[in-house]
Amino acid sequence: MFEKGYRTKLVLFELVDNQLQEEKLTLQTHVLFSAAWLLAALAFFPHSSRAQESPYIVTYDHYLEEPGNLEVEYFSTFGTQRGGNDFHSFWTEFEYGATAWWTTELYLDGQTTFHDSTVFTGLRFENRIRPLKHEHFINPVLYLEYERKNGADKILKEVEGHDVESDFLVPNAEARKEHINELEFKLIFSSTVRGWNFAENIIASKNLSNQPWEFGYALGASHPLALKASARRCSFCRENFIAGVEMYGGLGDRYSFGLNNTSHYVAPVVTWNLPSGWTLRLSPGFGLNGNSHAFLLRWGVSREITGFGSAVSRLFKGRS
Amino acid sequence: MALSVMAALLGASLAFGQHEKPVAHNSKAGALVYAELAKAPDKARAKRNPMENDPDAVAAGQNLFEQHCSECHGNAGYGTQKAPSLRAEEVQSAAPGSIFWVLTNGVVRRGMPVWSKLPEPQRWQLVTFIKSLGVAPKTPEKKPD
Repeated sequence: MFEKGYRTKLVLFELVDNQLQEEKLTLQTHVLFSAAWLLAALAFFPHSSRAQESPYIVTYDHYLEEPGNLEVEYFSTFGTQRGGNDFHSFWTEFEYGATAWWTTELYLDGQTTFHDSTVFTGLRFENRIRPLKHEHFINPVLYLEYERKNGADKILKEVEGHDVESDFLVPNAEARKEHINELEFKLIFSSTVRGWNFAENIIASKNLSNQPWEFGYALGASHPLALKASARRCSFCRENFIAGVEMYGGLGDRYSFGLNNTSHYVAPVVTWNLPSGWTLRLSPGFGLNGNSHAFLLRWGVSREITGFGSAVSRLFKGRS
Repeated sequence: MALSVMAALLGASLAFGQHEKPVAHNSKAGALVYAELAKAPDKARAKRNPMENDPDAVAAGQNLFEQHCSECHGNAGYGTQKAPSLRAEEVQSAAPGSIFWVLTNGVVRRGMPVWSKLPEPQRWQLVTFIKSLGVAPKTPEKKPD
């Protein structure tokens, strides 16, 4: 089974490679590609557990992936664009719990600009490390990410510096010629009190091609609809739903720190953790000033695969 | 260069994950995990389980256990290669508050994640279920091959 799975994965990696060579993709290819990743994950690693995922799409809390588990996620953002074409950006995320204090993630990003084209926009490799052994009133997590993307990137996974709506007016063919290598650091603070989670992220990023440091923020608050679990397994029980709100935006750069010429968003969020291991997220976002996209509709689907680390171990060591 | 660093880190994360020693069949590692129960502060240990008399708590706790804990501790809580038995004397004789404290804080350096993302009532439901498991009858230890 693994040999068959390995071959399928090789084909998928070839697809990624083609995209890395910046071949334009059709919208159908993008949809097929995303679906293939999810289906491959489900077909070859069918064991799943119910995840208790936070509803945030941009903000991070201090909870890491359980060790040895892999979470495969697909996220989508529809955004409006004044003076240009609306867009649909998307990313696939592979989140692996290396240990109970270290989570590592790989992202593959792309976007479709309506009446323009669909392009692969880059990849990201992210690490989150929990420095403290125990829970505290405020729990810090250190975040380090390397991004290799092009100028057509529109996923808005974070907003930083002087990111504004008009940046997205450049046609894809031109924007994708710009290559960006960026390091991003986040200091994540998160607290859980009486079922409420409050998370604050401070973002600092550095484009490695001699650009100034840029800054941003993300804030989130969420609460499950019920605190007690039901005695029976159910999909529609209130404890399976978590609702909240997040707010994020840029804080300028090293030379012009502040709110001037920055964009900001507020977004209600809701997540539905199904007992089958699937998680669905939905978040309509609203721009808070003239520099922001007026409306962003985000949604995501994810599935946690337990025992991924052990499966990889068996694959290479030939024993359980 | 940057891609090489990424690949190395990715490999390291997988390798590091594999490197963690299984605790269930290593009595020293298992004992270190159990020892965490004794580290619970007096205030935490003294906490009463508010779900103790809830008739649904065991069933709800069992559901939560199957969803979040059985992967490592086994379906019946006997432990697996990844995590120690919850039917051990050390767990069953521990105060409910101590078990709740370990659930909340995890034993992150030994592979047990924090579970404070589950709301307090759900963690108490889990404690109720774990306590309902009882101590497993002792079986002679298997000699190493």
